[in-house]
Amino acid sequence: MAEPRFDELTAGAELPPLACEPISRLTLALYCGASGDHNPIHVDIDFAREAGMDDVFAHGMLPMAYLARLLTGWVPQAALCSLKARFVSITHVGDQLTCRATVAEKLADRQVRLELSVRDQSGIEKLAGEAVVALR
Amino acid sequence: MMIDRRHIGHALPAFTVPVEAGRLRFFAKATGNTDAVYIDEAAARDAGHPNLPVPPTFLFCLEMEAPDPAALRTLLGIDYRRILHGEQQFAYHAMAFAGDMLRFEPRIADIYDKKGGALEFVRRETRVTNQHAALVAELTCLTVVRNG
Repeated sequence: MAEPRFDELTAGAELPPLACEPISRLTLALYCGASGDHNPIHVDIDFAREAGMDDVFAHGMLPMAYLARLLTGWVPQAALCSLKARFVSITHVGDQLTCRATVAEKLADRQVRLELSVRDQSGIEKLAGEAVVALR
Repeated sequence: MMIDRRHIGHALPAFTVPVEAGRLRFFAKATGNTDAVYIDEAAARDAGHPNLPVPPTFLFCLEMEAPDPAALRTLLGIDYRRILHGEQQFAYHAMAFAGDMLRFEPRIADIYDKKGGALEFVRRETRVTNQHAALVAELTCLTVVRNG
């Protein structure tokens, strides 16, 4: 895929969205192991119920990893200057997430600031964030 | 009970973590990343990398490899059932790769409250450097503590 060029981007431009596979219990188990975050609330339904939840739910860092995938699918990772996310709401088993990024503004030094959002199949926001990317 | 503000500025124990190729492949699988650069060493080298790259958010996972992952909660006396991960930030300076030895230096940057103390916030900032003492990234983790 051709790398985006600073001169060809305008504020408001949308990056190609990333549609993720529905979150399954296997997704949560794999992320638990691979991330090293073994908090049982994400994989052990007995523990989750004792903690007052109806079910297990995703680590906030899982949708953030999806956002990172969207970005590294758009530019080589070395172009990424910063990434931040606010965890807005819980991602549940069965949720189908879509990650979106929009060029919010063009900065000095051929950098752009992107506004990021992860939403589920009902449009409920899970993560809100931003990234700064240095382009050619 | 409110968290003691005297901990602001406190440095938590530094630690060093090796970056393992197998963990990176497992992380790629767990996050649905099929980009060969993150899975296959040959593809990584073709892309100009010395080895499999550490993807953007995996630094947070490596930070959880601390000898005592509960050091912050123990120091501040926080019950982990009352905490939420509120925000996470990464500022990147150099990429990291499989085979690197990364040093993490966390410190408590701030503690503050909102809603009359009903919510408290702990901001942890962590400097990450590699085996060449080059700055790799700065991580900021905002933990929310629900009181009452």
